Amino acid sequence: MTAKIEAIFREEMLGEVKDALHAIGIVGMNCFEVVGHGRQGGIELTGRTGSYQVDLLPKIQLNIVLSDHNVARTVETIRQAAYTGDEGDGMIFVLPVSEVLRIRTGERNGKALSYQDDIDQRTQGA
Amino acid sequence: MDGISAGDTAWVLVSAALVLVMTPALAFFYGGMVRRKNLLSTLTLSFAMIALIGIQWVLVGYSLAFGSDHAGLIGSLEHLGLAGVGAAPSSYAPTIPLLAFAAFQMMFAIITPALITGAFVERIRFSAFILFSLLWATLVYDPVCHWVWGEGGILRSIGALDFAGGTVVHITAGFSALTFAAVIGPRRGYGRASFEPNNIPFVVLGAGLLWMGWFGFNGGSALAANGLATHALVTTNTAASAATLVWMVLSWRDGKPSVLGMVTGAVVGLVAITPGAGYVTPLAAILIGGVGAAISFYAIRWIKGRRRVDESLDVFACHGLGGLWGALATGLFATRSVNPAGADGLFYGNPAQFAIQLAGAVAAIAFSVAMTWLIARVIHAVVGLRVTDASEQVGLDISEHGERSYA
Repeated sequence: MTAKIEAIFREEMLGEVKDALHAIGIVGMNCFEVVGHGRQGGIELTGRTGSYQVDLLPKIQLNIVLSDHNVARTVETIRQAAYTGDEGDGMIFVLPVSEVLRIRTGERNGKALSYQDDIDQRTQGA
Repeated sequence: MDGISAGDTAWVLVSAALVLVMTPALAFFYGGMVRRKNLLSTLTLSFAMIALIGIQWVLVGYSLAFGSDHAGLIGSLEHLGLAGVGAAPSSYAPTIPLLAFAAFQMMFAIITPALITGAFVERIRFSAFILFSLLWATLVYDPVCHWVWGEGGILRSIGALDFAGGTVVHITAGFSALTFAAVIGPRRGYGRASFEPNNIPFVVLGAGLLWMGWFGFNGGSALAANGLATHALVTTNTAASAATLVWMVLSWRDGKPSVLGMVTGAVVGLVAITPGAGYVTPLAAILIGGVGAAISFYAIRWIKGRRRVDESLDVFACHGLGGLWGALATGLFATRSVNPAGADGLFYGNPAQFAIQLAGAVAAIAFSVAMTWLIARVIHAVVGLRVTDASEQVGLDISEHGERSYA
């Protein structure tokens, strides 16, 4: 079975999150620039003569589709890499995925998600 | 034509080019401060003004402003189509062709109504903007220009000093902007939604080019390449620097030194020194720029705090009050030691000059407010000043121009 991780975190943490994911063998991912807010509710910016409230802040949303048994480790890796301890660190969502299809080869599900030197090959090798 | 100086003519023509660039610079200064959906619209309000007044000035504007005087109030129609304005010099500037003077003055006529556009961005109907600009240039700018700079003009006759347009340009534009903003009403959501500037780098770019262009605006107003032009350039730079630093400190005291604030301060300093650039010392320029920045800073805060009028891009606070302060400050700090053709101000033993400056400013303010109110009301009744609510929500780039800034 496969799952999708949607991780929303600070845009400045993207480099560290990517590096940490590559280090554990997560190969496929895509990301968006998104805006939004959670409990933090935005920040104040400086204007001509005072401040004004900006309620939607830029964040990165990173999407990864992977096999269920890799979810826990991947989520923990993202959390550690994106963590600062301040409000606005973001959220991670995990969703079930009913089907995966690789366009080039027609492979489905687990096969479609396997890459050279990915997280599964590394765990089997170890 | 023996009196023509190649150096003087070259400097005035270069100055005309410098002042021309101020209008597209203003386009970016304003364009960066609006929301993204109104960026093209805001740029166009300034850019189109170059073309509108580029024609209006040739057809009637120059003649109304600088034609032979009628009762101190308006010029004649003898120079319609720039008839009789050619290579020969005139009493306005004895060492350059009269046509060079007319071209230099055209650039002032262009940027002045462009300044007002900051009052009605993000909601003006484009056709109403065109009507307003042509009527305002003809019925407000040209007469006031004649009063102050035209031979026989009433304010020139009483001895009011306005080196480069503190009254003619900035008081008229600033007070007209406030009046227009009151007539057209606030942008949808004003006071509730946050109007975040879409591109502060554009504002910085615009302010930088305005600063450069102002060397032509004030330096060129000497109408000769001489010591007075140099003096005006130095006082201009000095006042802008002082105002930038004052605004930086004022915003820093509230939190952080705002970039948007600093470049706004620069423009206010440039405005404030405009009437006195060729009459006051560099040290006085520091005071004029610095105090001007403080006045505009607290004025914006007060106006924005009350939320009665959506003075959208602070044209009144920056140009109206900056120009008024500059006009009055010229009555305080002017000295014949800088410019023998000028006058001494209050601090140099001539309190009457302050009263003259005040009278000139009051006349320009009263006329600008009354005429702008009238013109705006008439246009509102005939074609409507505002776009529809739906158009305003979509943004004027799409609704008025069918274009967008970025694909």
